[in-house]
Amino acid sequence: MDLMTNWMSAGAEIFLLVMVCAILIADLLIKQSGRLVTYMLAQITLLGCSLITVGTHENGVVYAFHNLFVDDLMSDVLKLLTYLAMSMMLVYSRQYLTVRGLFTGEFIVLALFAMLGMMVMISANHFLSLYLGLELLSLSLYAMVALQRDSAIATEAAMKYFVLGALASGLLLYGMSMLYGATGSLELGVVSNAIQYGVADKNLLVFGLVFVVSGLAFKLGVVPFHMWVPDVYHGAPTAMTMLIGSAPKLAAFAFATRILVEGLQPLVQHWSGMLIILAVASMAIGNITAIAQTNLKRMFAYSTIAHMGFLLLGLLSGGVEGYGSSMFYAVVYVLMSLGAFGMIMLLSRVGFEADTLNDFKGLNQRSPWLAFMMLLLMFSMAGVPPTVGFYAKFSVLNAVVQAGHIWLAVAAVMFSLIGAFYYLRIVKLMYFDAPESHEPIAVGQDSALLISVNGLAVLLLGLLPGALMSVCAVSVQQSLLLH
Amino acid sequence: MNFETIVFYIFAALTVFAALRVITARNPMHAVLFLVLAFISSSGIWLLLEAEFLAITLVLVYVGAVMVLFLFVVMMLDINLVRLREGFWRWLPFGATLAGLMVFQMVWVLGGIDSIGGIEPVKHAADYSNTKELGRLIYTDYVYAFELAAVLLLIAMVAAIALTLRRRKDSRSQNVADQVAVKRNDRVRIVKMQAEQRVTGQLSENKE
Repeated sequence: MDLMTNWMSAGAEIFLLVMVCAILIADLLIKQSGRLVTYMLAQITLLGCSLITVGTHENGVVYAFHNLFVDDLMSDVLKLLTYLAMSMMLVYSRQYLTVRGLFTGEFIVLALFAMLGMMVMISANHFLSLYLGLELLSLSLYAMVALQRDSAIATEAAMKYFVLGALASGLLLYGMSMLYGATGSLELGVVSNAIQYGVADKNLLVFGLVFVVSGLAFKLGVVPFHMWVPDVYHGAPTAMTMLIGSAPKLAAFAFATRILVEGLQPLVQHWSGMLIILAVASMAIGNITAIAQTNLKRMFAYSTIAHMGFLLLGLLSGGVEGYGSSMFYAVVYVLMSLGAFGMIMLLSRVGFEADTLNDFKGLNQRSPWLAFMMLLLMFSMAGVPPTVGFYAKFSVLNAVVQAGHIWLAVAAVMFSLIGAFYYLRIVKLMYFDAPESHEPIAVGQDSALLISVNGLAVLLLGLLPGALMSVCAVSVQQSLLLH
Repeated sequence: MNFETIVFYIFAALTVFAALRVITARNPMHAVLFLVLAFISSSGIWLLLEAEFLAITLVLVYVGAVMVLFLFVVMMLDINLVRLREGFWRWLPFGATLAGLMVFQMVWVLGGIDSIGGIEPVKHAADYSNTKELGRLIYTDYVYAFELAAVLLLIAMVAAIALTLRRRKDSRSQNVADQVAVKRNDRVRIVKMQAEQRVTGQLSENKE
């Protein structure tokens, strides 16, 4: 493997790192109002990354840096979607953070560092790079949650996130060390081969697997490792909540598939059983607890837990349908969650957070267009046709049934029906209740345009899901199943 | 059981004991010192694994620098011990049961394993340079991971500065740079005004 291949395949990561360092210095030296220059530089960096990712795309799977890094179709697709999600996050959160005095250079730099972590996770082919990517992401997120220093609730959220995150990293590392002891390697492909053909002790492997799955579940935020999710989503400033709830889910999908499918495929009958328990418990507790919430951010936190349960359903079904539908679900979830948190930020203003159910009362009278966008997003989260959320749920259920878990599909449908209640309650509040306040909604032009695009994308993708679905199916086929 | 195994068990037992004392010691100072003991005994285990460089680094960096800093911090902070130990006895049965259950399960699973079936580590001669080999690996096979670890440190630095550096509005500290760079015009204001006429009568009134 020569130097040029290494540089080419990791071009986007290297460019991003160089640009983040440049932005870090430029932010210090350039006098600017409202961090406009830093913000534009960040958006240009994201654009540059996507051009490089498209430009350096090669057919097939390329390994680089002594097999620590892999460049395949799945990684390219997921990275492009990550850039898009981060760019949308920056647009949505600019006004919200500016009026709160939080739109600082550090926020933008840490967000880009978090994205570097996601990219490393997406392209990892080695337990070491998986872990380092995860830590790059987590460390940036802990700091970002704590950035609002005057808020006691944000500091508490950051503390809980940090302590539980460190515990989860410990579990993950312990599991990895067991797998290393049993197989003698940290490289995913070698581990997989060693398990398949080697003489590694099955008990030891399963012992390591339990810890790896627990660490993974912690990071995904699925029951019973979900306790941090509501507190962090609620306590963090909404822009940070949006960041945690959007793009990292793509990286988490990549992380889970790289470890479980590429590295531990021979242990599939063990981990799919564990995932069944995690998925059912998440869908049950997530959907039922969300009903009791009056704070919207907390409600979305429980809804995330339920959605992550759905994502695991696709993973445990296996095959192109299973992994493809799971990836599709992750992409769709990111789109919906960006829109939902974006709406909370749009309705917020100086000194006021629109994060309770009452704030959405009578939104239709105050702004019919925004209410319609929220309706589309909520329908999609609930899985009402013709929005894309329906198709995402449908394709996962299809994969589950094809894998032969009929009862699992029935349970998933039941819990989705329970979950539909609290999404539709928001629609009811918006359209059939009288507004509590008549404050004008001051929306920046860029975020107003973006929320329209976001809402309509949910509808359009629901009507024409074929293209995105086939991209997901082809990329998992090329990346996960062919070698 | 050969001599190496005996030494391993001594160090392992010492590490577990020290780690337990870190969380059970009443005095935070003792807890920090037990953490030092845990680091030193685990560096002994690393020596047994022929990772001499890492073992020495652990002692130098963690014990020599980080833990000393820890000691200073603990001494400077006014830690309320009563509040720290609040609810300890209340939650102890629950926590102890859970921990005991986990240890029992782990022993049960791992107890039945005779050999891990992996590759035995190669024994090297006395003149084998561990440091050189580590350096070679870090800058060749693992250069990607090494660079990422460096980025991790950069993030930690940015995060630490972002979280701790902020100017308080009511701060009374002096800014030496500003004081040095001060110009005459910043301090002295020259006001041009008409010279006043002296009125003797009023002055004498004031004197009275």
